[in-house]
Amino acid sequence: MSRPQDVDTAELRARYPHVFNRPASSRLATPAMLAGALAIFVFGLVDLDFSPSRFISGLSQLGWISMMMMPPDPGSSLPLYLKALGETLSIALLGTTLAALLALPVSLFAARNIVPGIVRFPVRRFLDSIRGVDTLIWALVWINVVGLGPFAGVLAIAVSDFGAFGKLFSEAIESADQKQVEGIRASGGSALHEIRFGLMPQVLPVIAGQVLYFIESNTRSATIIGIVGAGGIGLQLAEQIRVLEWQKVSFLILMILVAVAAIDFISGKLRFAIIGRRAVA
Amino acid sequence: MTLAVSILPEQQLAALNATYRKAVARKRLRLLAGFAVFVAALVVASIGAEVNLRTLFTYFGNFVSYFDRILTLDSGQRVWTNFGEWFWGLHKWLKLLGETLLISYVGTLIGAVLAFGLNFLAAENTSPAPWLLFTVRRLLEFARTVPGIVFALIFVMAFGLGPVAGVLAIAIHSTGALGKLFSEIVENADMKPVEGIRSTGASWLSCMRFAILPQVSAGFASYALLRFEINVREASVMGFVGAGGIGQELIVAIRKFYYSDVSAILVTIIVTVFLIDITTGWVRGRLFGKEART
Repeated sequence: MSRPQDVDTAELRARYPHVFNRPASSRLATPAMLAGALAIFVFGLVDLDFSPSRFISGLSQLGWISMMMMPPDPGSSLPLYLKALGETLSIALLGTTLAALLALPVSLFAARNIVPGIVRFPVRRFLDSIRGVDTLIWALVWINVVGLGPFAGVLAIAVSDFGAFGKLFSEAIESADQKQVEGIRASGGSALHEIRFGLMPQVLPVIAGQVLYFIESNTRSATIIGIVGAGGIGLQLAEQIRVLEWQKVSFLILMILVAVAAIDFISGKLRFAIIGRRAVA
Repeated sequence: MTLAVSILPEQQLAALNATYRKAVARKRLRLLAGFAVFVAALVVASIGAEVNLRTLFTYFGNFVSYFDRILTLDSGQRVWTNFGEWFWGLHKWLKLLGETLLISYVGTLIGAVLAFGLNFLAAENTSPAPWLLFTVRRLLEFARTVPGIVFALIFVMAFGLGPVAGVLAIAIHSTGALGKLFSEIVENADMKPVEGIRSTGASWLSCMRFAILPQVSAGFASYALLRFEINVREASVMGFVGAGGIGQELIVAIRKFYYSDVSAILVTIIVTVFLIDITTGWVRGRLFGKEART
């Protein structure tokens, strides 16, 4: 067996010119991209006022705040916080359900295998623009309409999820197997029969999984829409941060963490029961 | 024409039918019970969330007319009849949008670098020690679960008003989200190259560098770009709590009822988000071929 230094590099070079003699453009591409990314990064730091002194004083301030947070303590407002947490969970559940109910019929009009492109295109763009607006912005709009409170939060989550669900559901419908639909048509079913007996049995488990997942992620969204006044635990959190009650803040954050973990656990179990292990993973 | 289907004798058929009906009935009952529990949960939730359908019906007209109002100029004309007046503050807004993009860019990059450093410790197959795996995972979970805007609220208190708080909030949230995704890619990587490198006596660091990294770098970059897309949306609302970007201008416009400004700013945000989505989609396609695009 030849030792490594016996390898004839000159011969290798001659045999594989495309490995050893790459053109300068392809050799420089990666470093150039990295340099460009770094340049934008540095420009960003300068433009956004990242001075070292400010950063260090901020960090020490942050350290001070973290010390103040210990130990987490709700003071005397625990019942109030529990009620707010319940409100948050209610907002997530209702908002997601409402969004799913609204999105189901609309998603049919955004699926390639159900409607022609001329219908599908505007519906898709409509859903895209709804999704382009953040939940918090929807919350602000709804507060203008129905007033401050959790109801505005429910509607905000419903609208912004409506956009997301419309897209996800229509994709689930598009990926459904057409053979069953053809079978229904062959036995003389109408278009509605095709949807009800050909598509829905295939699509519903997928949709149920997605809805559960969104309830989970909306628990997170629902915690923050309170910051702009749309009810729930975010309202309490924003208030306590503004009045610098750090022990209460850390307690509220802990409550959010526990609630999200609990919802994760439950919805994981439910998804597992509905669509089986394979689809969850 | 003869019938090809053979029909079972009555008795046998009746027994099968009975079993079938029982099975179906049990399934229906379970479905019904699940549905009842769900409806009960909804009712409890609607009481908790102070849902008032009367309010909705009374004010739903407001929702529709709100869009009517934000699409009307002060002069009473539709906004699209006079673009110059509709987008009167375009120069200022574009500057703030640029700031928003920079916030999300810098935040994503810091988050991606931190996640890159941490994810090898949080992946089951590469973590050097179980206690490290546990700690890093809990840390990432914490960073991911606390919403970015909550971090922003706290950082505004520590670092003062301005984009610095927004950048750091986005960076921490991205670290949590990307750290998890990155470590999942690492867990799916092929371990044979690692064995090969380790058998030459290499350290843990060289194993990661020469065996794992070549397998995962494309996936990392793809997820980081995806995160950038998400962060642009997130950065557009950071201004609501005073953490820089276009959100500041938007919340002022909404709160003070500058109707046509609201629609103009929303349109610029939506267009920017579209453009970013398309661009990053194109870049991801160029970098990693079609299959990595999903």
